[in-house]
Amino acid sequence: MQATALQGGLNDPPRQSAMAFRAIMDAMARPGRIEDLTGAEPPAPLSVAAGTVILTLCDPETPLFLAGAADCQDVRDWVTFHTGAPLVGAGECMFAVGTWGELPSLDAFPFGTSEYPDRSATLIVEMAGLAAAGARLTGPGIASEAGLNLPDIAPFQANARMFPLGLDFLFTHGSQVAALPRSTRVTVAEAV
Amino acid sequence: MYVAVKGGERAIDNAHAWLAEERRGDTGVAELTVPQIREQLGLAVNRVMAEGSLFDPDLAALAIKQARGDLIEAIFLIRAYRTTLPRFGSSLPIETAHMACDRRISATFKDLPGGQVLGPTFDYTHRLLDFKLAAEGQVPPAPVAEAPAGDVPHVTSFLNREGLIEEAVPEDRIPPDLTREPMELPADRALRLQSLTRGDEGFVLGMAYSTQRGYARNHAFVGELRIGAVAVEMEIPELGFAIEIGEVIVTECETVNQFKGSKTEPPQFTRGYGLVFGQTERKAISMALVDRALRWKELGEDDEGAPAQDEAFVLYHCDNIQATGFLEHIKLPHYVDFQSELELVRKLRREAGAAFAAMQEAAE
Amino acid sequence: MQEYNFAYLDEQTKRMIRRAILKGLAIPGYQVPFASREMPMPYGWGTGGVQVSAAVLTPDDTMKVIDQGADDTTNAVSIRKFFERTAGVATTTVTGEATVIQTRHRIPEEPLKEGQILVYQVPIPEPMRFLEPRETETRKMHALEEYGLMHVKLYEDISRHGHIATAYAYPVKVEGRYVMDPSPIPKFDNPKLEMAAIQLFGAGREQRIYALPPHTKAVSLDFEDHPFEASKADHPCGLCGAQDSYLDEVIVDDEGGRLFVCSDTDYCTHRQEAAR
Repeated sequence: MQATALQGGLNDPPRQSAMAFRAIMDAMARPGRIEDLTGAEPPAPLSVAAGTVILTLCDPETPLFLAGAADCQDVRDWVTFHTGAPLVGAGECMFAVGTWGELPSLDAFPFGTSEYPDRSATLIVEMAGLAAAGARLTGPGIASEAGLNLPDIAPFQANARMFPLGLDFLFTHGSQVAALPRSTRVTVAEAV
Repeated sequence: MYVAVKGGERAIDNAHAWLAEERRGDTGVAELTVPQIREQLGLAVNRVMAEGSLFDPDLAALAIKQARGDLIEAIFLIRAYRTTLPRFGSSLPIETAHMACDRRISATFKDLPGGQVLGPTFDYTHRLLDFKLAAEGQVPPAPVAEAPAGDVPHVTSFLNREGLIEEAVPEDRIPPDLTREPMELPADRALRLQSLTRGDEGFVLGMAYSTQRGYARNHAFVGELRIGAVAVEMEIPELGFAIEIGEVIVTECETVNQFKGSKTEPPQFTRGYGLVFGQTERKAISMALVDRALRWKELGEDDEGAPAQDEAFVLYHCDNIQATGFLEHIKLPHYVDFQSELELVRKLRREAGAAFAAMQEAAE
Repeated sequence: MQEYNFAYLDEQTKRMIRRAILKGLAIPGYQVPFASREMPMPYGWGTGGVQVSAAVLTPDDTMKVIDQGADDTTNAVSIRKFFERTAGVATTTVTGEATVIQTRHRIPEEPLKEGQILVYQVPIPEPMRFLEPRETETRKMHALEEYGLMHVKLYEDISRHGHIATAYAYPVKVEGRYVMDPSPIPKFDNPKLEMAAIQLFGAGREQRIYALPPHTKAVSLDFEDHPFEASKADHPCGLCGAQDSYLDEVIVDDEGGRLFVCSDTDYCTHRQEAAR
């Protein structure tokens, strides 16, 4: 195991993870809202925000899927050392992390059952940037409407149509996070 | 003039101070020590460990002292403490065939390998108050016998050899953990047994008794009851093998129950199982009876609508910490809810009164 | 014995609760099962709310705890002290200053703002539990969106009493999908469920967490010919004169003389101070 695996964790987990969770929760409760999220210093290619989500929410009870470049030895060692989360394929995961291009199509992930819609994956999508513009978002958590530069439209619309089944998304870039739960309706923003 | 009640904080502090004083009682009488409780109120300690799901006689004794002898309160203290403990891993299944038995009896065979060992039981005491105990507690030493060498085989294994009793197939699967995952119904047997072993002794006893009186009767015999110490072993990944990390005392009861057979199974005996921390045989026998009653579906028996067959009913109501909390919460203020009901009842009465008056007027 | 962790719960327990909260927010009104822990206070006394609060609190928070709308009822005092001791957070009785408010049976009168979190203590999270005691059955009803039983019950009330006879814990339908129990708040509070703050509901004994994100639609169940009506005692507050607040009835003398006062003690105090 590389020394890098042992570093980049939280110095004060109870307080840091409390602050981090609040940012993640605020993002999930207000789809499209961009929040600051710091704490972890994960190995490349993970962003600070994605690493912090993993340290805040993952442990031996949460199977994790690493997609594409995130599925490298440094990240595997780091995740295993700091969280103990079992590394699994997309079909068995509770959390997944990767870029939109690297993540498999959404039907590869558990999307819940009609009796237990919560038994569904949360995808951490690494982005090249986050901006409050692009797709138009409406639904719970949004007073009138919000915007977010989603990497795609149709898959998120299909996901929302499955409600209450479906996947939930955390978009990460640098030390920022935004969320898109399955309850959010996505439409193409009208040209101004 | 009405002034809103203030001073909740002071009231709580004062209540706690008074409680501590009452706990101590008359200071002219020597204070009870934790070792005294552990050694001399051992069965109370055992019940607290069993229903508290934590094998630690000293902590259980402390909890009993703190709870002024209220065992459910003591169980609650232990549960609340237990939940804060870090979890290092899981032990291997304990092997009760290797138990150093203090007591081992079978009701189904007069004699058997390993013998009938009565052990320290109340069974054949005459329940006469012993006034000598009020004065002094000196006891003559009990006669000592050599412990039998080797394992004490389970009674059911003899029946098993003849194929007379259902096979209990060992499972490799790690069972779900009731204290780590929310209860999900239908529950498998491992989960039911976990729930029963920490369930309230009185509740489980009452359920078991109801099966004896005909509410899903299952004709149980105590195939075997054994009490004693067993080693707890744990695999240490760094070492690559299991080491003994301690021992616990448990009571194990296997009942042998009649079964007429079904379309797929020939007539044979079936089993009920009870395993409880400490010397707790009333609880272990009760648990075995209720376990057997809950297995009706798996064994292709009829649903008689008996309470002990109803998994949701038994599992959701056997936990005395949940039950006592919810029961006692009705002591908390509910005046907001009550106020909304008051308004509604007044309104309904007003309308009913007006309707009645209108009816009378019309009749006149 | 070692000291307890920040906000009492161990980190693994908090992660488990936090994951449940996120799923709850993603599926508004759906009851997420969670492995509730034994807390150092009895089940039924707010263990669900306490676990949720412990999972969301940060060291920067200011907490308020109310029971029946009041900050000074004994159980509210006890829970507030618990968090002062285990999380070291600042506490307040002023609704507007609080970032996390744990409540039993009331929504504060003062409208909550963005940035605030309201945590409810829930005794029985299943709105249909008293109509169908079996969890396996009610779970199926939610899955199939089969809420006929609930409507039948409410309609039976109307035919018998001329009104829906549910005065508190009045069920709502969330975003047109899940029927949800808002906890035993008086139905007077139901219209306030659509608010700017995050609402989290914790049922410890029953092992369920559910949530309403800000601005989530929560419609009280009713019928066209019997629309929902938020009711309260038809009096002004005897202390501050408020006409718009939920009132408690207090018996003030041996002859049964009555006084109506705000159940929200903070609201009432501020109005009295402002009048002075």
